[in-house]
Amino acid sequence: MSTTFTWAFTDSWTMTRRELAHWARQPVQIVVGLAFPVMLLLMFGFLIGGGAGVEGDYREYLVPGMFALTMAFGLDATMVAVTQDLEKGVIDRFRSMPMFDGAVLVGRAAADMLQSALSLAVLIGVGLAVGWRWHGSFAAFLGAVGLLLLFRFAMLWLGIHLAMVAGKPELVMAVQILVWPIGFLSNAFATPESMPGWLGATVEWNPMSATATAVRDLFGNEGGVTSASWAYEHAQLLAVLWPLLLIGVFFPLAVRRFTRLSR
Amino acid sequence: MSDPATEAIVLEDVHKRYGEKRALDGLDLTVRRGTVHGVLGPNGAGKTTAVRVMATLLRPDAGRVRVAGCDVRTQAQRVRHRIGLLGQHAAVDEELSGRQNLDMFGRLHHLGARGAAARADELLDRFGLGDTGRKAVKQYSGGMRRRLDLAASLVTDPEVLFLDEPTTGLDPRGRTEVWNAVRSLVGGGTTVLLTTQYLEEADQLADRISVIDSGRVVADGTADELKARTGGDRIDVVLHDAARLDAAAGMLRTAAAAEVVVDADRRLISAPVTDRMAALHRVVRALEDAAIAAEDVALRRPTLDEVFLRLTDDGNRADDRAEAAV
Repeated sequence: MSTTFTWAFTDSWTMTRRELAHWARQPVQIVVGLAFPVMLLLMFGFLIGGGAGVEGDYREYLVPGMFALTMAFGLDATMVAVTQDLEKGVIDRFRSMPMFDGAVLVGRAAADMLQSALSLAVLIGVGLAVGWRWHGSFAAFLGAVGLLLLFRFAMLWLGIHLAMVAGKPELVMAVQILVWPIGFLSNAFATPESMPGWLGATVEWNPMSATATAVRDLFGNEGGVTSASWAYEHAQLLAVLWPLLLIGVFFPLAVRRFTRLSR
Repeated sequence: MSDPATEAIVLEDVHKRYGEKRALDGLDLTVRRGTVHGVLGPNGAGKTTAVRVMATLLRPDAGRVRVAGCDVRTQAQRVRHRIGLLGQHAAVDEELSGRQNLDMFGRLHHLGARGAAARADELLDRFGLGDTGRKAVKQYSGGMRRRLDLAASLVTDPEVLFLDEPTTGLDPRGRTEVWNAVRSLVGGGTTVLLTTQYLEEADQLADRISVIDSGRVVADGTADELKARTGGDRIDVVLHDAARLDAAAGMLRTAAAAEVVVDADRRLISAPVTDRMAALHRVVRALEDAAIAAEDVALRRPTLDEVFLRLTDDGNRADDRAEAAV
């Protein structure tokens, strides 16, 4: 039993190394992946910003929203990576070997989380460069980073599951397009108060909005909110509960789906 | 009962269906240890499904499957320790180098970091891939990729090696490379199960052959036994003048007292014979009497192609009859 346990770790590590080796071979892809959210941040911060119903400094409001949005877009990256992997013959070889069943998924998870953490670090750097600041304690800062990565972790398992359900790259493309409205139907760019009532309510209950609001709180950034709703008041609670709920549902589904690929 | 000491693979009445399609329909197969067993069949006969079931990638719906003495359903991990698989599509990571691939597979077989690295170097040398350096597999030629794939299947010296159409899509040179690599393995005591659509391949590599069609075995035996089953030797006559084909076919039918196959493009007529030399005399004399000019008259053993077509054809006809009866 203890050897099985050790193998689970060593095999997962081997699969993580595989992902890192892919990065080492395709540095351009990594750079593009990191540049994309930076581009979005600059575009919204300077090009479009200002007209989003936010009082005070728009960048104070926008930058934490961009962090959350970048974590949400991780869903897309995970789905693409999983579908590409499943298309390859090498998965058959893995499955015919006496390795830990979950190692392929753990490797995917480790690589994606690492990529997202890196992405977040770059984005924080760029945020600081364009004048965004956090005003709370360092502990609150770490708490905010933790909530963002927790949200990303939820997107990871949702992404793995959706990719396996969709199966084919064409269907994944359709799901990818849906990520955009879900990402934008949040309070990342604009306050719910600036929207029609029904839309504002939808936006407030979006899991990504909860994370964005909670993170703004922890960073001590202005929320720009005039009327507070329940979802807004309890954003930190929701920013923990939403991801945990998503993980609780999609982690077992994804693992089950993967181990049942053969049936 | 099967004896695990002498039998590397035993399949008993194995079924697998995909919706309405019966991919395996009562497949029985026994492969002796240390032999090369060819599984021959047309596209869609169930060859790949059978290999995927034996390699623990697919669960059978019914039936018993034992590989290297272990049950694929209840002892899948044990089976995986003892097998190597070369699928139809390269099962290596194309983004990585050959060495990175073999190192990774070695680690996943729990050889340890050092063991895996040493094994990778050894296999690269053995398969003539030692100088590929950091080059990614996607830049390899088809033959090189296949050799790497084969090397990857041998990371732990498997007891049983599955080769699913190992030369499909390769040029003749690549095919020869793979054949030579397979031959060099057989001496080492590995049991090899080889699926192929190419009769020549089965004839060249396999000790015994099972012909499968519609998910079950329609014939098995050595290549010679299978050839003998279609009526032994044949006589071929190539005519000078295509216009005389019909007349010559009628003559041959009488002389050989058997069904004649006519290949108009090659101006060839062919019939099975039992009394070799006497039949040859009769045919040559009959040709002279009828004043039909022949370019070539020859006695020969049937090719496996003829055996194969005949066997799978018979199967189809039996199916048609069964359907007509319903």
